[in-house]
Amino acid sequence: MQVSVQDLAASYGGPVVLSDVTFDVEEGERIGVLGPNGGGKSTLFRVLLGELRPLRGSFQRPSRLGFVPQTERSRLDYPVSALDVALMGTLSRLAWWRPVGRRERRAALAALERVGLTALADEQFGELSGGQRQRVLVARALVQDAPVLLLDEPFSGVDRTSADLLERLLDDLAAEGRGLLLATHDLEQARRFDRVLCLNRRQIAFGPPEETLTRAVLEETYGGEIVALPGAAAAVLPPHHHEHD
Amino acid sequence: MHALLEPWSHPFMQRALLELLFVGVVGAVLGCWIVLYELAYSAESLAHALFPGLVAAALLGLPLLLGAAGGVLGAAAAIALTTRLPGIGRDVAVAIVVTTLFGLGVLLALTPSSPPGLDGLLFGDLLGVTRGDLAASGALAALCLAALAALHRPLLATGFDRGSAPSLGARPLLVDLALLALVAAAIVVGVQGLGNLLVLAALIGPAATARLLVRRVPRMMLLATVVAVVCALGGLYLSYYADVAAGAAVAGSTVGVYLVLALARLRPWRLSASRG
Repeated sequence: MQVSVQDLAASYGGPVVLSDVTFDVEEGERIGVLGPNGGGKSTLFRVLLGELRPLRGSFQRPSRLGFVPQTERSRLDYPVSALDVALMGTLSRLAWWRPVGRRERRAALAALERVGLTALADEQFGELSGGQRQRVLVARALVQDAPVLLLDEPFSGVDRTSADLLERLLDDLAAEGRGLLLATHDLEQARRFDRVLCLNRRQIAFGPPEETLTRAVLEETYGGEIVALPGAAAAVLPPHHHEHD
Repeated sequence: MHALLEPWSHPFMQRALLELLFVGVVGAVLGCWIVLYELAYSAESLAHALFPGLVAAALLGLPLLLGAAGGVLGAAAAIALTTRLPGIGRDVAVAIVVTTLFGLGVLLALTPSSPPGLDGLLFGDLLGVTRGDLAASGALAALCLAALAALHRPLLATGFDRGSAPSLGARPLLVDLALLALVAAAIVVGVQGLGNLLVLAALIGPAATARLLVRRVPRMMLLATVVAVVCALGGLYLSYYADVAAGAAVAGSTVGVYLVLALARLRPWRLSASRG
């Protein structure tokens, strides 16, 4: 077991924003984390990353966790190349005061190659497309070489080519034994994951998608944001803003 | 050729140039982070707020760095306490504390009973820099550069995305504190030569100029250093031949270079017209 969470609750000093969370991530498992904006997806990630102390409950995680944030959170005017960003992943492997050497550069270039961006390694990060930037951030997490990756809506605002490439890459990473926790709004995509965790300020359900993503669970998870579509069980209205809970 | 070399035949000009190289290189490299972290105004407030600490250290015969550290801690405590007063917001508290402390420092430095030379902390005395000042500035400048080299990766990652930096192993709060401590140390490096008021030009001018022209952090640092050195030389020549205050001439040329390039960028059609 790579991650194990028991009866977790969290708050930002005020009311409880997430409670009753109990789940685990096995080796090579892809877990979709579903929920509305403000439902607790980012809060859960912050607790797992050690940035927010849980109110109660406990969790176990590997010492190194890779995190792929939404690209909108990074500064696009910042003077760094795609390679510079990938090299930031070495901070968790190489002592912070040591300069990067050939080995780290090789690791960063290999990670960029894996996300199909070798040719753009020297391009300004802020000038890449949304999908390419997301792939650079995945490359940065690969350089961290963490056994578990947390991905915050990695497919939001991403072009089709990048989305296909990312999806294949994530499947490969799972096949290598890495556990993946993916926050997503895409129900169709969530159905292809191994298990799904539904959150709406508390845990609504956790289990294989075919058993878990029932209409009742989705309604409880998304409340008013859910609509019925002909030919499909349900779809989630696109979010109007990003989660900042 | 003689006109170019003549100023450097005087030891006071050589010492002034060396002092400017120390503050210029530290200011250029550190200034890149100040600009990228959008801390220019904070750096200026810090320079003003620690001024009484510098004056107190000079009066007591203590190292200036100690005075700067005491000044920063005193200012932080004063801001924290003032913020607690009812009806006073954070920005008002900062403004009140910074101006009060700066006024207090000026009062201490310019009182007739104060020993002579303390006004140098305010306006600098580039041409009066002694060998002892140079040794102290040089040692502190070397320490600052070593710290900046060591902190490069955490600074880069934190500035890029503060939110995800902890997941990479960087600690934004410690990075911020280290950066502010370095700003205080750099002010001490430059205060003898340029003074508490003009040292900000060395900290921000070259980096802001480089930010206009290049788009990689190491190149930005290199170009800022070149700008700092060129402005140091230009300012000293100007001071020598036009008989104007050396610190002001250096600071003025730094700001002048920035303004010319910033205006040129604002009106690219003028540049293309002049090329045609």
